[in-house]
Amino acid sequence: MPIKSYIVFPSKGKKDLLRQQLASLAGCEVIPALNKDVLILVTETFGNHEEDALMASLEKIKEIEHLSLVSGYSDHAIHDHNNK
Amino acid sequence: MMNRRIFIKKTAAFSAMAAAATMVPGILFAHEQKHDNPASDITWHKAPCRFCGVGCGILVGTQAGRAVAVKGDPNCSVNKGLLCVKGYHQIMCTSASDRLTKPLIKKNGKYVEVTMKEALDLVAAKMQETIKKYGKDSVAMYTSGQSTIPEGYVASKFMKGAIGTNNLECNARLCMASAVAGFLTTFGADEPMGCYEDIEHADVFVLWGNNMAEMHPVLFSRMLDNRLRRKNVKIIDLATRTTRTSKAADISILFKPQGDLAIANAICYELINNNWLDKNFIEKHVVFFKGKTGLGYGLEDKFAFKDEPEAIDFDQYKAFLNDYRPDKVEALTGVPAKEIKYLAALYGDPNLKVVTYWCMGINQHTRGTWANNLIYNIHLLTGKISQPGNGPFSLTGQPSACGTAREVGTFTHKLPKGVVTNKKSRELAAKIWKVPYERIPDKPTYHTTEMFRAIDRGDIRFIWIQSTNPLVSLPRTSRYRPALAKDSCFVVVSDVFPTPTTDVADVILPAAWHIEKSGLYGNSERRTQYWDKMIEPPGEALPDAWMTIEVARRMGFAKLFPYSKEKHHEEIYNEYRQFHAGKKHNMAPLSVLKKQSGAIWPYIEETGRSTLWRYNSRYDPACDTTKDFDFYGKPNGKAVIWLRPYEPAPEMPDNEYPFWLNTGRVIEHWHTGSMTRRIPVLHQAVPHAYVEIHPADAKRLGIKHNQKVKVISRRGQTVLPASVNDRGLPTPGQVFVPFFDENMLINDTTLDAFCPISKEPDFKKCAVRIEKV
Repeated sequence: MPIKSYIVFPSKGKKDLLRQQLASLAGCEVIPALNKDVLILVTETFGNHEEDALMASLEKIKEIEHLSLVSGYSDHAIHDHNNK
Repeated sequence: MMNRRIFIKKTAAFSAMAAAATMVPGILFAHEQKHDNPASDITWHKAPCRFCGVGCGILVGTQAGRAVAVKGDPNCSVNKGLLCVKGYHQIMCTSASDRLTKPLIKKNGKYVEVTMKEALDLVAAKMQETIKKYGKDSVAMYTSGQSTIPEGYVASKFMKGAIGTNNLECNARLCMASAVAGFLTTFGADEPMGCYEDIEHADVFVLWGNNMAEMHPVLFSRMLDNRLRRKNVKIIDLATRTTRTSKAADISILFKPQGDLAIANAICYELINNNWLDKNFIEKHVVFFKGKTGLGYGLEDKFAFKDEPEAIDFDQYKAFLNDYRPDKVEALTGVPAKEIKYLAALYGDPNLKVVTYWCMGINQHTRGTWANNLIYNIHLLTGKISQPGNGPFSLTGQPSACGTAREVGTFTHKLPKGVVTNKKSRELAAKIWKVPYERIPDKPTYHTTEMFRAIDRGDIRFIWIQSTNPLVSLPRTSRYRPALAKDSCFVVVSDVFPTPTTDVADVILPAAWHIEKSGLYGNSERRTQYWDKMIEPPGEALPDAWMTIEVARRMGFAKLFPYSKEKHHEEIYNEYRQFHAGKKHNMAPLSVLKKQSGAIWPYIEETGRSTLWRYNSRYDPACDTTKDFDFYGKPNGKAVIWLRPYEPAPEMPDNEYPFWLNTGRVIEHWHTGSMTRRIPVLHQAVPHAYVEIHPADAKRLGIKHNQKVKVISRRGQTVLPASVNDRGLPTPGQVFVPFFDENMLINDTTLDAFCPISKEPDFKKCAVRIEKV
């Protein structure tokens, strides 16, 4: 199932809080920038339902000012790779 | 060995960190960048990116014979480790389920798999049979600015040196021909004088007909970074539609389609009338010419045009510009006179360094050569040229439009050095190719539009199309699709994926993709880059160059193509280099290109240096050292300021077709989408084309966002969802459609009018109407 990475811009002054919130979600890993108010979010889900649920959870987080998808690897690609 | 899933997660994280670096200069993720690097058993190979003409350096990670990751090459001065979203995901297209892996021959209307030997035997036999029956000029090749340098070179040698026909064209005619004609008419030599390092030095960037934020995003990021680091850097966007570039620019100036010609002349009017000139530069390095006017638009088959340049003086040129006073031009272009004066003041300020970047808005233009000339006029009047941070710079859209199409010369009129009409050029080619001089014809035959018209008329009976998808990218595909499907022409198509062009082929040859072969590309800044084959192509797929060689050998030209299968790319490049030996265009040896991320010609072997700024004797070894600047492409060493007037577009909106149609691209997709639409993340981001409509027009017509509408021209129609207030914003009375979607063929509606000098079609202007479906 999909592995995706995002650039996340927190609302002003909310970087640490947002980091905690994102890290608490299942399937989410967060990498904070050391010197800027930016987070990298890597998500890993195992089904369409789970992916949709994660998206819904992200949409509810008010501390996200902007979220930008950078990369996405499909289930097919990962499965294909793992079987070769 | 690292688990694949963990590896992909790490790669995804690295992609995001790298992308963040393009958006937030100086950002650090120190811990993650230093540690936990993806698996150590990955081998990284350098290459230029497969997509646009920027030529970003990529590092491709391979593991167990498979390409598994891509990252930006931090050692490549083009992109300094940055990549765009297409660059990061490029290798994912190779695993598309519908990849062409076996040759296919159409039998009784159905494709059947055959061996590569059978397919190549048939191609050679058909080509020979056609030549015997209808003559040499009944066969043609149509190649690409995505062909590697060796691929383009053997195509030229095969058609012009072996068979003896100039029926060789390439898709760069659709994107770069006006830039070439502009450079040749003004400077006598093709390709930009500057390089990307100009970005670090310029104070003002004028982006003219060019949505760089989407089409050349890495260069645009470098420009934004420059603006962040230095004060007083300005980006001016001159366009006919509001784009992401406009939004990031300091000033967005919108003009009416075709108004660019008048704006450039109005800027020159201001420069002269305010005495913002570099008189010393003009006196020493510039002459003035005028050419024919009222050229026509090439709308009829077999259209012919020959310019008649005539020397004039500065006073004649000044008098001509009186028609372009900013207040007069305001009505014609919609640009307020004060904005034109402001632009002129920026160009005219001796304390500001100015770079002008342009791409398809200027080139895909029925007066494209003129538009290029007019931008050069501005830089020549102000002496802002061939110096760090000062210069006009034409950007390219394909990875080797410069390296292959322009330098190898895969156009009907070109040879690897010079043109077919020049006796010395033919003699040099005959000598290096070891063919009789008389075999190379001295007249060009068909430029791209005319080549497909000749197929429609039945004059061309065989065509081999390599690495391009003309039935999506040509203008007026509504004529040329049925033309190519006619039984009168035997069609061979080599490609990596099925496309609307392979759909009409009699033979489909599976081609090796980018990293499945070794090759060389040449980017927009005269940089030649080499890469090694990294993985095996699937099935029977072969490099295009090798397929050409195999067919040539079958046709009795084995002696001319003595290359080895394993090293043919190297042997061909070494042969090709001989054409450009000398100070003006010396190309770096392969040993150098294998070690570093390219070199910019003319390459100085004594010092191991690239020439970053041509025509400036401080940098360029080809200059006369007694001069500060030497435009040595011209016999007198002087560049030309051309008197080029405004002339209207061939088709303008009227009561029946009231909208201008503009076509172009989006950041997620590259050209006809045959690769990027097979990359899931890019396809999902923009799964189909759309038609941008101004909100006021949409309201007036009762059209809502996403509602399906029909775009209709005098030539054809297509149905697309409307896009209102989304990515781009056309001006009222104009619509915009990206052309990447083979299911919504907007080029069925476009006009096959072209610049009579460059023969490049205008994809940016024709008249359409919009109807609700």
